[in-house]
Amino acid sequence: MFTDYNTLIFDLSQEGHTAYDLPSLEIEEYDLSADLDNHLVREEAANLPEVSELQLIRHYTALSSRTFGIETGPYPLGSCTMKYNPKVNEDIAAMPGFANVHPLQSVESKQGALQVMYEMQEALKEVTGFDAVTLQPKAGAHGELTAILAFKKYFQEKGELEERKYIFVPDSAHGTNPATAAVAGFDIVEFPSNEKGMMDVEAVEAAIEQYGPETVAGVMITNPSTAGVFETYAKDIVELIHDAGGLAYYDGANLNAIMGITSPGLMGFDAAHMNLHKTMTGPHGGGGPGSGPIGVNDKLAPYLPAPMIQKEGDSYSLYDPEKSIGRVSGYYGNFGVNLRAYAYVRAMGADGLRRVSEDAVLNANYLRAELKDKYDMAFPGYCMNDFTMTLSRQAKEDDVTAKDVGKRMLDYGVHAPTTYFPLHVDECLQWEPTETESKQDLDYIIEVMLNIAEEIETDPEMVRKAPHNAPVTRLDEVLASRKPVLTYDREAIEAQYEVFKETHADLFEQEDQQSPGSAKA
Amino acid sequence: MVQRRYLPNTEQDRKDMLESIGVNDIMELFETVPEDVRINEKMDLPDQLSEYELVKYFNELANKNTNSSQVPFFLGAGTYDHHIPNLVHHITSRQEFLTAYVPYQPEVSQGELQAMFEWQTMICELTGMEVTNSGMYDGFNAVAEAANLAKGSNKKGTKVLVSGAVHPQAIENLDTYGYTRDYEVEVIDTKADVTDLDDLKSKLDPKETVAVVVQYPNFFGSIEDIKAIADLVHETKAELIVSSNPLALGKLEAPGKLGADMVVGDVQPFGIPMSVGGPHAGYLAVKKSLTRKLPSRIIGHTYDSDGEEGFVMALSTREQHIRREKATSNYSSNQALFGLTSAITMSVLGKEGIQEVAQRNITNAHYLAKKVEEAGFELVNESPYFNEFSVKLNKDIAEVNSALLEKGYVGGYDASDAYGEENIYLLCATEKRTKEEMDEFVNALAEVAK
Repeated sequence: MFTDYNTLIFDLSQEGHTAYDLPSLEIEEYDLSADLDNHLVREEAANLPEVSELQLIRHYTALSSRTFGIETGPYPLGSCTMKYNPKVNEDIAAMPGFANVHPLQSVESKQGALQVMYEMQEALKEVTGFDAVTLQPKAGAHGELTAILAFKKYFQEKGELEERKYIFVPDSAHGTNPATAAVAGFDIVEFPSNEKGMMDVEAVEAAIEQYGPETVAGVMITNPSTAGVFETYAKDIVELIHDAGGLAYYDGANLNAIMGITSPGLMGFDAAHMNLHKTMTGPHGGGGPGSGPIGVNDKLAPYLPAPMIQKEGDSYSLYDPEKSIGRVSGYYGNFGVNLRAYAYVRAMGADGLRRVSEDAVLNANYLRAELKDKYDMAFPGYCMNDFTMTLSRQAKEDDVTAKDVGKRMLDYGVHAPTTYFPLHVDECLQWEPTETESKQDLDYIIEVMLNIAEEIETDPEMVRKAPHNAPVTRLDEVLASRKPVLTYDREAIEAQYEVFKETHADLFEQEDQQSPGSAKA
Repeated sequence: MVQRRYLPNTEQDRKDMLESIGVNDIMELFETVPEDVRINEKMDLPDQLSEYELVKYFNELANKNTNSSQVPFFLGAGTYDHHIPNLVHHITSRQEFLTAYVPYQPEVSQGELQAMFEWQTMICELTGMEVTNSGMYDGFNAVAEAANLAKGSNKKGTKVLVSGAVHPQAIENLDTYGYTRDYEVEVIDTKADVTDLDDLKSKLDPKETVAVVVQYPNFFGSIEDIKAIADLVHETKAELIVSSNPLALGKLEAPGKLGADMVVGDVQPFGIPMSVGGPHAGYLAVKKSLTRKLPSRIIGHTYDSDGEEGFVMALSTREQHIRREKATSNYSSNQALFGLTSAITMSVLGKEGIQEVAQRNITNAHYLAKKVEEAGFELVNESPYFNEFSVKLNKDIAEVNSALLEKGYVGGYDASDAYGEENIYLLCATEKRTKEEMDEFVNALAEVAK
């Protein structure tokens, strides 16, 4: 019988199979159980799967074939900058002189690694226009937290922490912004965007007035914003916040639009994170690792996390900033991601990075221009590296939602844009083609979207039921949370199926068999 | 000449596209960027390198580091030099795993979702816990997020106790996060090489203590009696957080069976390169009642509209992209690729293999310890240990390590500060160390450290 390698690996497991071996033992085996109290000796072995090498590879190959990556096809997921991840960077990260180096070995024995970190810090200072950079944060949200902690410590030193409790966040912000500020103990003041998708300077002014300047801890701004527009008045808002005695944070999610054109430092911000897995090609890995270094100006440099890298003569060493907030992660952050990103910076150079931003903006505007006749754009004017369309008209007239359109795109081999974000736009799709998409591929995306526009008119039911060519049809996400099965447990899976049957009675009316997976047969 | 390898737009493409958009010059698209914030000169960055030059440059930098393919490492302290099965890199290099992102479109992300579901199962099997999320930044961060979780479910408490035998960097991280979430971190004394239970008892405050953190095996390599600690902790409402090297759990009783409420750690020992400290991946496994308080993504089983089995992100309403400032954490990207890496490696090992590898670590470390003792050094550990142990040297450790490096060894870690005594040297022997390497290392150590 043909073996279905997509099946859960625990179902492939057979006693006695293994893909591992050890060198033969040259010394006497040590019996630790004789030293240990009985209750500390493992009684029941962990039930890890038992598979031979080829079976194992077939399993993971089967899984990978059910996963869409950047090299599968266009991946215009807004806010996520799904650009090409250069292969050479993978080879560099795999060099034994990087991969097989221990973080705690002596400084003299890891000079090359420290040099990479130092040079990357310097490069990122230049790109962001800041005075100091730390590579320690492991993801964008982690960078946000690091910076907001520096804010907190800064106010504590000034004796203003009790009073300064509000962080201003526009309604277009990523969820991580308010979540971070809340985690750090601040209260959130959300302020609205205007019809151009821009923050409203007067709204900020009014809010400062309303809450009192002495209560303002700061503002968190994404620029270009998640609406895909450049916040022309970012600097004015930063000045308002500074006048109130607060600090300004720049969320670098959309840094890909502005390299070599403007910088958070020039816009007056005090701190910013960069998403190296977005802007600087770190592979996204199915959800991580990221890397979220932060840059700060002189005001905040003394508060950066420990340790930092310095250069003295020709040698590199570690030091702790004087008023450091402490450690935010193990060792030096995601070194491997920072290394790949640095290789990218060196491959591009200053002109290359600027060209990246130009082409990212060009590609987004081209797509937007070619789609705007058939789809309603959420905001007027040229966009930056991403843009947002709204399907609220189609939802009303044809009962076809943004989610439906995203799913239908999958059938054409194009990954869906980000759906239902930013939150203040109804039925939206947020697009970010990135600069590594060719004009041919953009033209294909346009063709797909024009086809779908027609399908919405002629066969909306088909669009509503998409995808049709994906490995599975639409998945019941409600069931997964209502009757959670979070680890392999056949009994729980069967029990979940009983609930599924209750909620999908129509599916079973003409079915005889009722075991999982057979409804389709 | 601008680098073109990653940039497909030709000059003609650019011209055509600008025309379609209806502008003459690309800078018209940037009209909303005010003049006073524009960069007017070229950024000051090193010149671009061709692919050949790039590889050459990074090769030179790599060669300035001593690596474990060149010389034997006896350094552990939280990151370990284990054999990485060759197939692991081949699988994780598949672009579908490498380049995809958070599975927002589950229908075309079934592979990564299923792999994470399998990982969650393996972590629960090893730790003896009921539920886990799909991973944390690293083991240290997992300790801090576990403490945050405890604080989140006991808002009145103000104190987290952490054993002095926990990794110093984990304690420092916890301290930073305590500053964030307004809890105080207090260190429990150690008694020789393990947590001092009397001190724990005296510091446990039924009202204020929200969590107690211990490490198993602990920072000095010793195996704490988790059951005895759990019994003490559970006289109060505090949660017991056990930070655990998951490889050791091949031989040691699962913390979940000994009374842990949360088990955390780093899966680096399972096929993840040391890579100067990252990216690795943390795990955070909990008892069922804490499921909805977990940070970050959790993958769950479900069915598609035809009744076929499938996987999706479950219980997402805990997370920042939905709950915003009310979320359980601010987590977005985690370390998914390295969760996958460790899942593959755990599958390579299997039920038997993990026990055998754990056993070989035990055997090697105890052989090394015996040799070190025979060479006249005093062993610090009084309790049983796994693959690390500490010895007392009479010489400055930095000097010893420097001399050992010249002889072709990366020596142990200076655990003096953590232990509270001078010249405490933490040594590690994984399954990679041969008898010959260990014998010769001890000879070299005897030469330079006496």
